Amino acid sequence: MTAPRPVQETAAMIRAGEESAVEVLEHHLAVIDAGEESIHAFNLVMGDSARDRARAIDAQVAAGEDPGPLAGIPVALKDNLCTRGVPTTCSSRILEGWRPPYDATVVTRLADAGAVIIGKTNMDEFAMGSSTETSAFGTTCNPHDLTRVPGGSSGGSAAAVAAGFAPLALGSDTGGSIRQPAALCGVVGMKPTYGTVSRYGLVAFASSLDQIGPFATSVADAALLFDVIGGHDPLDSTSLNRPTPRVLSVLDEGVDGMTVGVLTEFLDGADPDVVARVNQAAEALAAAGARIEEISVPEVALGLSAYYLIAPGEASSNLARYDGVRYGVRVDAEDTVAMNTATRTAGFGAEVKRRIMLGTYVLSAGYMDAYYNQALRVRTKIIEGFATAYARCDVLLGPTAPTTAFAIGAKVDDPLTMYLSDVCTIPTNLAGHPAISIPFGPGDDGLPIGVQLLGPALSEGTLFQVAAVVEAAAPALRVPRITTGAPS
Amino acid sequence: MTTEWQMVIGLEVHCELKTATKLFCGCPNVFGDEPNTNVCPNCLGLPGSLPVLNQQAVELAMAIGTALHCEIRPSTFHRKNYFYPDQAKDYQISQYDEPINVNGHLDLPDGFRVGIERAHMEEDTGKTSHAGASGRIHGADYSLVDYNRSGVPLVEIVSDPDMRTADQARAYVTELRAILVASGASDGKMEEGSMRVDANVSVRRTVDDPFGTRCEIKNLNSVRSLGRAIEYEAGRQIALIESGERVIQQTRHWDEGAGRTEALRSKEDAYDYRYFLEPDLVPLVPDAEWIRAVGDTLGMMPAARRSRLAALLDDAGGMTDAQRDQVTTVVDLGLDDLVVVAVAAGVGSGLALARTANEAATDADAARVLDPKSYVELLTLEAQGSLSATQAKSVLADLLAAGGGDPAAIARDKGFEAMSEDSLADTVAQAVADNPDEWSRFCEGDDKLAGFFTGLVMKATKGQANGKAVAAELRRLRG
Repeated sequence: MTAPRPVQETAAMIRAGEESAVEVLEHHLAVIDAGEESIHAFNLVMGDSARDRARAIDAQVAAGEDPGPLAGIPVALKDNLCTRGVPTTCSSRILEGWRPPYDATVVTRLADAGAVIIGKTNMDEFAMGSSTETSAFGTTCNPHDLTRVPGGSSGGSAAAVAAGFAPLALGSDTGGSIRQPAALCGVVGMKPTYGTVSRYGLVAFASSLDQIGPFATSVADAALLFDVIGGHDPLDSTSLNRPTPRVLSVLDEGVDGMTVGVLTEFLDGADPDVVARVNQAAEALAAAGARIEEISVPEVALGLSAYYLIAPGEASSNLARYDGVRYGVRVDAEDTVAMNTATRTAGFGAEVKRRIMLGTYVLSAGYMDAYYNQALRVRTKIIEGFATAYARCDVLLGPTAPTTAFAIGAKVDDPLTMYLSDVCTIPTNLAGHPAISIPFGPGDDGLPIGVQLLGPALSEGTLFQVAAVVEAAAPALRVPRITTGAPS
Repeated sequence: MTTEWQMVIGLEVHCELKTATKLFCGCPNVFGDEPNTNVCPNCLGLPGSLPVLNQQAVELAMAIGTALHCEIRPSTFHRKNYFYPDQAKDYQISQYDEPINVNGHLDLPDGFRVGIERAHMEEDTGKTSHAGASGRIHGADYSLVDYNRSGVPLVEIVSDPDMRTADQARAYVTELRAILVASGASDGKMEEGSMRVDANVSVRRTVDDPFGTRCEIKNLNSVRSLGRAIEYEAGRQIALIESGERVIQQTRHWDEGAGRTEALRSKEDAYDYRYFLEPDLVPLVPDAEWIRAVGDTLGMMPAARRSRLAALLDDAGGMTDAQRDQVTTVVDLGLDDLVVVAVAAGVGSGLALARTANEAATDADAARVLDPKSYVELLTLEAQGSLSATQAKSVLADLLAAGGGDPAAIARDKGFEAMSEDSLADTVAQAVADNPDEWSRFCEGDDKLAGFFTGLVMKATKGQANGKAVAAELRRLRG
C-alpha cells in the first residue's frame, strides 16, 4: 500500500501556499464522486460549504495569516456530532430534519485549526451497533470488500478514511465504535481517556462511556488530530481540567525499556490469523527493545455483560428526549402520551428499541440492584484488574476485534453474536482508559486486521509512542479497491 | 374531630433560588418574560447539550442549609426519569440519596422544633398550559409549553413528620419563608410559584400509636390553603377510619374552590423514576472554607431578629401577647431594624414597636427604604409629647411617601402645634364637669373610664391632645 502523504505535510504545503486547500478538497470530492455510490460512507457530503471554507483558508494564507495545524485538511464527522445549521441525524429517522443551532466543541476546535468539514458520516443508529447496519439510511460497505461490513458504529468515518474520501475523520467510541471499525477497515482509530476530549455537542448514547476520537491512515495523522481536539472544555463537566495533550511530539521516542503485556483474555476468542498478527506485533516490539510478557486480567471477561447493562441503562434515559415535542419527527395522535408512543415507534429502529427496553428494565425498581448496580460493581472490578496489570506493564497488547470484517447481513439478526465483536474493546471504555487500533497486515481472507494497544488513564503519549513502533513493523495491506490516484 | 385523634404532618417545600442564571446553563432566571425567550440548547434538552452546575445556586443552597442548621455534605446528582412535555430532557436532574444539606431543624416562633430531613438541589420544569374547557391535560384541544422555567434552580426542603396541628404547619411555612428571604436565597413569593408546598398528612388515635397511612396533598398555593387542606384531609381520613375503612396511600390534589382534596394517583400507580447517578455531572464536594465563607455572608435570621426585639421589650418589663404578635409582624416584614435604631436613640420600645408594626407595616416596601433618622426623630417628638399619636401617624404617612424628611417641619406645615398645658387642663376639666357620674365612678377606682375621658378630650381637640398628658391630668385631678 502506498502510504498517503502525511497530513502534516499537506497542511504545511497549504500554509506555505504551495498547494491550495481548494485543490486538496477537489481531489477528495473527486474520490467521493467515484466511490461513494458503492460505499455509502456519508449521510451528507457538504461539497458547497466545504468549497467555501477551502477558499476562505486559501484567502487566509494569501493574506499572510496562518489558518492552523490542519489548514485546508478535509475532515469527515460522524453524524452524531452537532454542526450548526447542518443536519445531524445519528442515522435515525427520529432526528430527520433537525439542524442543531450550535457546533460541538470538537467542531469548533477543528475550525480553529483550519480544517475543512467535508461531510457527515453514516453510523449505526445512535451509535448502537458494530456494523453500521442499524443505520436508518442504509449500511456502509467496507472499502476492502464491498460485501463486508465496515464495522461500527463509526463505520462511515472508518470507511471514508480507508477509501480516501478524507484523510481524517472523527468518530465516537462507547464500546469500541472507533477502534473496531478502524481495525475492520485497515485504518488507525483511537479512543482517548474519558474526559480528555469534550463531549459537548456529541449526541449522547451512554454518557459515562462515550468519547470522541480520531481516525487516520497513520499514527502520526491520528496524533495530530488528537492534539487538535483534546483539552479542557468548561462546557463539559466531565472534561478533565488539564492542558491540551501533545502526543505528536513524542511519536519517535521508541519503546526501549518498556514492558508490553500481551493480554491473554483477548486472544482466547480470536481467530487464529488474528492471534498470529498480535504475536507478530509483539515480536516487533521486542525487536525494538520492549520487554514482552503474557498477562492475564480475568476481570475483562466480565466486561461485555456489564457493558450491556450500563450502556443501555444510560441510553434509555439519554434517548427519552426524542418524544416528538420539541424537534425531529412527530407522529400526531389523539393525546400527548399516544403522540410520544407513535413518534418513538416510528422514529427508532429495532436495535435502538431493544436497548431502550433493556435499559429501562435494568434501571427499574426491583431489578436495578441485580442488574445495573451489579454491573457498576463489575466495572470497579475491571478498573482494579487493569490497575494490577499496569503496575507491571506500560501498555497492554491484544487484538482490536476477534475477526476480520464479516459479511453484510451475517450477524444482523443475531444481536448476541454481533455484541461479541466488541469483546476486546469494551473493557477500555468501562475503565475510562485510552486505547488505539493500528492496522497490522491482512488476515487469511486478505482483509485488514487491527492490533490494539491499551494504556492506563492519560497514557496517550505512551500509547502513540508504542503505536508508531507497531505501525513501522506492520505488513502491508492490499490497497482498497476504491482508492484512486495518489491520495494527497 | 374527636379529641383523641392526632394529626401527623410533614411538609415538602420547593423554593426557587434567586440566582442570576439557571442551574445548569447561562440562561437568565427571570419570572414573567415572553414564553421561550430565556432558553438555550441545554434547557431545551437538545441532543448533545450538557449541564454545567451554577456556582451561585450551590452557594444559595448552602446558605439555606446553614440557616436551617443542616450538615452540609459532599453530594451527587441523579436523573429522575419520567415523560412529560414540560420536562425538556424527559428526566429531571435532582439530588437523590446524597443531598447537599441534611439533618437540620427549624424552630417555630413559639419554640417548637421541626426537624429538617434534607434540603437538596434540583432543576425546575417548564410550564404547560392546556387549551380547552377543563384547563387540564385531559380533554385539552392542544397544549403549549414555555421552557423559560426549565432548569431554574430549586431547593426542596423536606421536614420530618414532626408537626401535629395545621397551625404548626402554617407557622412552619411562614417561618421558613422568612428564613429563605432573610438568607437571600429566594423571594418567597408563593403567588408566583417561587415557593410551593406539598403536605404529607396522616392521623392516629393516640400519640403512642405508630404513624397512620399518609396522603400527599399537592397544589397548596398559600398558607391559608395549606391550613384548610390539612384540616380537610385529616377529617377525611378520620371519617374513613371511623367508618371502618382504610386510608389508601395516595397523592391528592387540593381543590381550593370546592375546599376538598381529590385523589390524583395511588401508590400502586406511582411512577418508577429509575433514578441513577447523572453521568454528565461530577460529585459536588464543597470544602470547609467555602462553606464557612457562605455562612459568613449570611444575614441575621428571623429567630435572632425576634430575640433581639424581645430583649428590648424585656428591658422595658416584658412582652404582652399583642406585642409578641407585633414582633413577629415586624420581623416577617423586615422592619425590625427601625425598632432597634429608635430604641437605641432613646425612644421607648413599646412605642417604637407599636408604630412600626401598626403604621409603618401598612406600607412595608416604603418603610424598608425609609431614612431611619427621620423615623427616629418622629418617634422622639411623639414620645416627648410634642406630637399626639394621631399627629405622629399623619406625619409618618408623609415620611413614608417621601422616603424621609424633617418630621418637625412636616408637623409645622400641617399646623400641628402641641397644646399648651393650661389649655389641656381646661379641656379635661370641662369633660369632667360635663360627666359627673362617670367622674365619680372613676374616682371610686373604675380605671376603665380613663379611656372614656381621654376620648372626649381627643374629640374636643380634634386629636391634637397628647394621650399621655390627658391621662396624667386625670390622675392629678383624682388626687
